[in-house]
Amino acid sequence: MPVNESAAAEAEMMTEAEMTTDGASGAGADAGTGTWEPRIVAFCCNWCSYAGADLAGTSRKQYPANIRIVRVPCSGRINPQYILRAFQRGADGVMVAGCHPGDCHYTTGNYYTRRRFSVVQRFLEYVGLHPDRFSGHWISGSEGEKFVQTAREFTEKVRSLGPNEKMRDVL
Amino acid sequence: MKRIGVFVCHCGTNIAATVDVEKVAESARHLPHVVFATTYKFMCADPGQKLIADAIREHALNRVVVAACSPHMHERTFRKAVERAGVNPYLMEVANVREQCSWVHRDKPVGTEKAAALVAAAVAKVARNVPLESGKLPVERRALVVGGGIAGIQAALDIAESGYHVTIVEREQSVGGRMAQLDKTFPTLDCSSCILTPKMVDVGHHPMIEICSYSEIESVEGYVGNFEVTIRRKATSVDPDVCTGCGECWNRCPVKKLPSSFNMDLGHRPAIYVDFPQAIPNVPVIDRANCTYYLRDGKCRVCEKVCPTKAIDFTLEDRLVKERFGAIVMATGFQTASLQQYPEWGLGTYPDVVTGLHFERLVSSTGPTEGKIKRPSDGKEPKSVVFVLCAGSRDEARGRSYCSKACCMYSAKQAILLREKIPQAQAHVFYMDIRTAGKDYEEFYMRAKEEYGVNYIRGRVAKVYPEKDHLVVRGEDTLLGRPVAVEADMVVLAAAIEPRADAAALAQKVGISYNRDHFFSEAHPKLRPVESNTGGVFLAGCCQGPKDIPETVAQASAAAAKVVQMFSKDALVSEAQLASVNEAWCIGCFLCQPVCPYKAIQPKEIEERRGRDKIKRTVSSVNTGLCQGCGACAVACPSGAMRLNGFTDEQILAEVDAVCL
Repeated sequence: MPVNESAAAEAEMMTEAEMTTDGASGAGADAGTGTWEPRIVAFCCNWCSYAGADLAGTSRKQYPANIRIVRVPCSGRINPQYILRAFQRGADGVMVAGCHPGDCHYTTGNYYTRRRFSVVQRFLEYVGLHPDRFSGHWISGSEGEKFVQTAREFTEKVRSLGPNEKMRDVL
Repeated sequence: MKRIGVFVCHCGTNIAATVDVEKVAESARHLPHVVFATTYKFMCADPGQKLIADAIREHALNRVVVAACSPHMHERTFRKAVERAGVNPYLMEVANVREQCSWVHRDKPVGTEKAAALVAAAVAKVARNVPLESGKLPVERRALVVGGGIAGIQAALDIAESGYHVTIVEREQSVGGRMAQLDKTFPTLDCSSCILTPKMVDVGHHPMIEICSYSEIESVEGYVGNFEVTIRRKATSVDPDVCTGCGECWNRCPVKKLPSSFNMDLGHRPAIYVDFPQAIPNVPVIDRANCTYYLRDGKCRVCEKVCPTKAIDFTLEDRLVKERFGAIVMATGFQTASLQQYPEWGLGTYPDVVTGLHFERLVSSTGPTEGKIKRPSDGKEPKSVVFVLCAGSRDEARGRSYCSKACCMYSAKQAILLREKIPQAQAHVFYMDIRTAGKDYEEFYMRAKEEYGVNYIRGRVAKVYPEKDHLVVRGEDTLLGRPVAVEADMVVLAAAIEPRADAAALAQKVGISYNRDHFFSEAHPKLRPVESNTGGVFLAGCCQGPKDIPETVAQASAAAAKVVQMFSKDALVSEAQLASVNEAWCIGCFLCQPVCPYKAIQPKEIEERRGRDKIKRTVSSVNTGLCQGCGACAVACPSGAMRLNGFTDEQILAEVDAVCL
């Protein structure tokens, strides 16, 4: 991607997005100050998505720093518990990324992930969290650009949803 | 007492330009258990590694975090570095602050903050790491090669020449495979049999090679270095120890008109037969489904009467033989597509529409016509032959998106052979693109066009239909932009190369993965092209994807080298980051068992003390030879008894907590 384009995309991200919470009234401590930045945890499988994120780096593609990657061997290793824990600890969005279906390094791990994706999303909705705060993606080791696009889009999405007030532990 | 050291790498300016490394080190100093933090220009270089080792000694560090490039890059380097300094290699974690931070963010304060968070996560994780040890697995130094075509033959010879025992399991009566069916080979026009049969003789005579022909794989148990394979040795009705291969039986067998699959059903064979005259082993088998003895309650017995060595034994039964192997080479080859989805070409409807393999048998001097090209319907010498490329390949809409790779070349070869054998015959080739990547391949194709006058027409064939005593091939010439109709005495379809019909079922038995077309999957498309995802199982030839003979031979030799590499070690080192069971917590529900892709989880009986009694209980146990460390079981486990070492719940949750702060 040309430098100016990626810079423009970044600049766009820095603009204040409209902040809405999950229907819960009252903005969070830092939400009202205008300095709030979404905090996003991304669980990436070691073989595809983590390598895809590495490739984004080697290609010097830029994406928002809100994304923090946690490496797991396989997307099938991601216990839904981790996703809930991230929300409880104040993450505003959680992303799960694994190998494309059929391409799992461990043959079948991502098929379990795929089923869990939809269950987790339904569960989040059930407990009153906006289901868009969670998203699952298939990103291969050669899809650095897809990782970047996904990171950008998801960050924007979460930014538009505002801070996660609903599940955050009261500290 | 945990004493963590944090080492932040500048990577020249790769990291230091967008991450304030000193600030990252400073913030690390305030993290729990961190007693030392520093930065250095190149942590992976010798002085950097020495710096880590010195700090480990000086500050009595027992855990290390290196903030540097991706763990895919240098995790091993740093593990070895801390190990040399006396720290268990698994008490080291890498924080990826280059690929996933400094290179993807330009704003220095933002990058610095994120780098600090990634370091905090790695510190939180490493504080919960436990020392892990790699296990040692014994190796059975015997190899199994599945499939006796050129791939299997080459792999077997290479392994055997290195001094290890090899068993070839071949489904048909003889080894040789597809290459034995071919007439000549491109681009040199060597006679296929002339270069193959000496190799067949070599495997037949090699003291370290055992050929189990007319046999199939029944089941595969075990794991890398220690496979237990059950081979079904189908009943041949002939005692191989006594038979001399004299041929009396198959010459005198009264049932003569059975279709010969070796000749693509264009020729005949008797009920007791060898696949072809140069068959190895040269011991016939009786086709029980068509033998009079079996069909008519013990009548006939001609072969038994004429056999000079009394080798015929009608009472033989299938035998299941169990053998142990350390490595398996899959070399099961290909078949050509039946093209049932393409009724417009008339394969199977019009006898003079054949596939490339049929044509090979018609040109071959060992074939049913003894090398005289005659069309199947009336035995007439064809004066015009149309070759259709990409027949079933490169057609996503009808199921196959891939290129079969060898067809452009073999069709050019067949057109040349046609022109050589029948100089007045015309050869037309319908093609989509001509792909001649390979040494001397393009030159060969040019020869076909220029020297042999083969007529290449760019376009797809829409319809083949009979007219009087010939066929008409209708298509479009896309270069001229107009429809064409070519009269042909024969149509040769370069039918797509596809895996054997039972490839997927076999892959499931062996425990390897395959793609949507059922070609076996390699562990990495570029860097591990001959290994499967299952330890100890290697791939060679067309079962992995379409390829020609030189590529197949190269891959087979590569697979053999991998096997020999494995066998040259005293013991195999198993991964340390594998699943393990806390037996006290395991409730024996076995929810972990079905999610394991490697069948690595087995029940195990343990004795437990309950009050004053001793009770027996069944719990899960992990076979570390089979486990590859994916962690699916740990997620499925309802009691938390199953843990994936190196990526435990505790470790991952600690990381989550740290990045969320």
